[in-house]
Amino acid sequence: MLENAWVIPTLTFVSFWLILFFGKRLPGHGAEIGIGALGLAFVLSCVAVVQWVDRPATEVVPHGTSEEVHGEEEEEHGAAGGQRGEDRQVVATAVETGGHGEETPIRSAVERNVTWFTIGDVEVTAGTAVDGLTVVMLFTVTLISLLVHVFSTNYMHGDVRFTYFFAALSLFTTGMLLLVVSSSTLQALFGWELMGLCSFMLIGHWWEKAENSNAAMKAFLTTRTGDVGLLVGIVTLFFAAGQTFDIALINERALTGAIGHTALVVGAVGLFIGVIGKSAQFPLHTWLPDAMAGPTPVSALIHAATMVVAGVYLVARLYGVFWEAFDIGAGGVNPIAVVGGITVLIAAALAFVQDDIKKVLAYSTVSQLGYMVMALGVGAWTAGIFHLFTHAFFKGLLFLGAGSVSHAVHSFDMKADMGGLRKYMPTTFVTFLIGSVALAGLFPLAGFWSKDEILVGAAENGYPVFELVGIVGAFLTAAYMTRCVYLTFFGEYRGHAHPHESPRPITIPLMVLAVFSVGAGLLNAPGVEKFFEITENRVFLLAGVEHHSFEVFPAVVSTVVVLAAIAFAYLLFFERRLPRGLTRRNALARSGYTLLTNKYYLDHLYTGVIVGSVKGAIARAAYWFNQKVIDGVVNAVGIAARRSGDWTYRHIDQAVVDGAVNGAGFGAEGFGGILRTIQTGRVQQYAALLFGAATVLALGLIIFV
Amino acid sequence: MLVNQFLVLGAVLFSIGVYGVLARRNGVLVLMSIELILNAVNINLVALGALQGASGAVTGQVFALFVITIAAAEVGVGLAIVLLIYRNRASVDLDEVDLMKG
Repeated sequence: MLENAWVIPTLTFVSFWLILFFGKRLPGHGAEIGIGALGLAFVLSCVAVVQWVDRPATEVVPHGTSEEVHGEEEEEHGAAGGQRGEDRQVVATAVETGGHGEETPIRSAVERNVTWFTIGDVEVTAGTAVDGLTVVMLFTVTLISLLVHVFSTNYMHGDVRFTYFFAALSLFTTGMLLLVVSSSTLQALFGWELMGLCSFMLIGHWWEKAENSNAAMKAFLTTRTGDVGLLVGIVTLFFAAGQTFDIALINERALTGAIGHTALVVGAVGLFIGVIGKSAQFPLHTWLPDAMAGPTPVSALIHAATMVVAGVYLVARLYGVFWEAFDIGAGGVNPIAVVGGITVLIAAALAFVQDDIKKVLAYSTVSQLGYMVMALGVGAWTAGIFHLFTHAFFKGLLFLGAGSVSHAVHSFDMKADMGGLRKYMPTTFVTFLIGSVALAGLFPLAGFWSKDEILVGAAENGYPVFELVGIVGAFLTAAYMTRCVYLTFFGEYRGHAHPHESPRPITIPLMVLAVFSVGAGLLNAPGVEKFFEITENRVFLLAGVEHHSFEVFPAVVSTVVVLAAIAFAYLLFFERRLPRGLTRRNALARSGYTLLTNKYYLDHLYTGVIVGSVKGAIARAAYWFNQKVIDGVVNAVGIAARRSGDWTYRHIDQAVVDGAVNGAGFGAEGFGGILRTIQTGRVQQYAALLFGAATVLALGLIIFV
Repeated sequence: MLVNQFLVLGAVLFSIGVYGVLARRNGVLVLMSIELILNAVNINLVALGALQGASGAVTGQVFALFVITIAAAEVGVGLAIVLLIYRNRASVDLDEVDLMKG
């Protein structure tokens, strides 16, 4: 299965076409095709995971520890890029030949490429590269997608575009799987854009309402803004790395110094802009909460568990590039960590003021994505990926839980239409609670382990500021989730519907995900560390990324913080001990609240200031240019053409051409007039002419011959 | 063999025919005059053929037979036309038939 990983995206792609063509005629309206294909893909992904785990570790990669890289950097500061790279290799070789003696063999990635097309001397290949990260992603994506499919059969039941919905889900899964298995950046871009398209289609699924189609447009355009950067990054790296799109090669060349530092920075910044767009990082995160206009299963699949982590995946995949470009190993500050850190805090704060349960979860997703990006930014590679893995389960669970709740009360508004639902929907309540606790990160649920690893990584790699950010983020996360759970499930029911527990197609996915939310974290618990072993790869070792396993101290700190947050939120919401109406009485609190409800005025910045200035000044300038310059040229050409046309008409067409035509006509008429006189219609006259002519000819014959 | 007499006869007949065609007003008589012209030609063909010897005689006579056949067809068509003209106009005066006047 490792060699034939292409089968998995192909399956879902075929499923897309089958649903599109035959879905409507089938008894399940196409859902059975999607579920069948996804089920098969999931089984194959499991096979791939098993095969990967069974694969003997044979490849020995020289370790370069980050400290050594450090020293090297300091010594060689200001030297040419190539020079630096050579030196690094020397160091690496020294390490290999026996300094540390810590070269544990790893499993080598399985690559399989075919020539896609050739331009000049450049042969562009397409293919699959499967390693630990890939199989983990395959497993996560297919599992969540499968569960979302099952969930949707009931949730979307009776929808006007039911079949179309499943087709789009299949196509979306294809995009994500294609991105995950691809061995080249160009191919990855295909998957990336396919997801953007499907996201647009699915967010705007109920496009009859203007706000839904606006949200779809916003998501598409915002991610598109980032994609421009991505394209620049890919092309820059293509040329910088010696005309190759191959991800493994790019990583290798970036790490060995074969790519000049400037080109590398440009490429990495470009790629990272793409990541900011896709993974909803500050300041392009505004599309994600709006994307909640789509059906809830879409939010669960696309905007929590898979598509938005594509950006994180990309950073992890091309980690060599980012590592070198931003000197991640050096500690201190770098753009990735900063963007991630800012995102963690601002999104978590925004989650407090939302009344829509899905928006809370959306901002929570943004915040958690910030965690992942921050983890990658501080060099905690495994931790970032591990958080991606665990987050997929509990965030998928929370979204599906929110879907289940809205299915019962026909609303997303926590304040107006929910409350006290734990009595009516016990299964949803328990699973949602598990998801919330996992997200908050309490021992021993999934979020606890991955969050702790991020904190340890930040501390150990010399990023103490970001460790603090992580802890504050954890506090906020726990508090807003408590608020969300309280508003939804506790107190008295405030709505007018008749809430009831959801049917099995909805509760079974919830239960499965709840199991994973509880258990997934144990994969990397101390003493197990299976996840680390599985995902360890060549780039990781070449760069000298260090893996930091569980430590008690930060774990205790974060647990205390989380408990404090829960207690704080408990007092605030359950007991109502803390002063209420603070936002109305205290000016500072009020201004903060206003800032939050207006989402930091970012949307105003985008639509008001940026779009406004474009619409105003730039548009006016463009209009002037258009009117005066372009139109001037066009008009001049037009007038010239008309004048010359006029002249041609008068002098050539009328005089010469028409003259000739009319002349021919008049000539024929005149000549006909003459000939007409001998056409008397009298047969005998003709006969006389005939005989006369014959006589003349005969005479001529006699005389001249 | 006195070819001359045949040729003279042919010439006389031809001239009478031409005169008839040009001068007569009656359509039927014009057709008859055309027959005269054709027969004058037949006489010439046979006479001049006989002058060439046996093979020439055969050639001339075969030609004459062709002319007679075609003349029969021609007169059939011609009489039919005259008949129709008569039916339409109750007259066969050729001077009145000048619809083709330009």
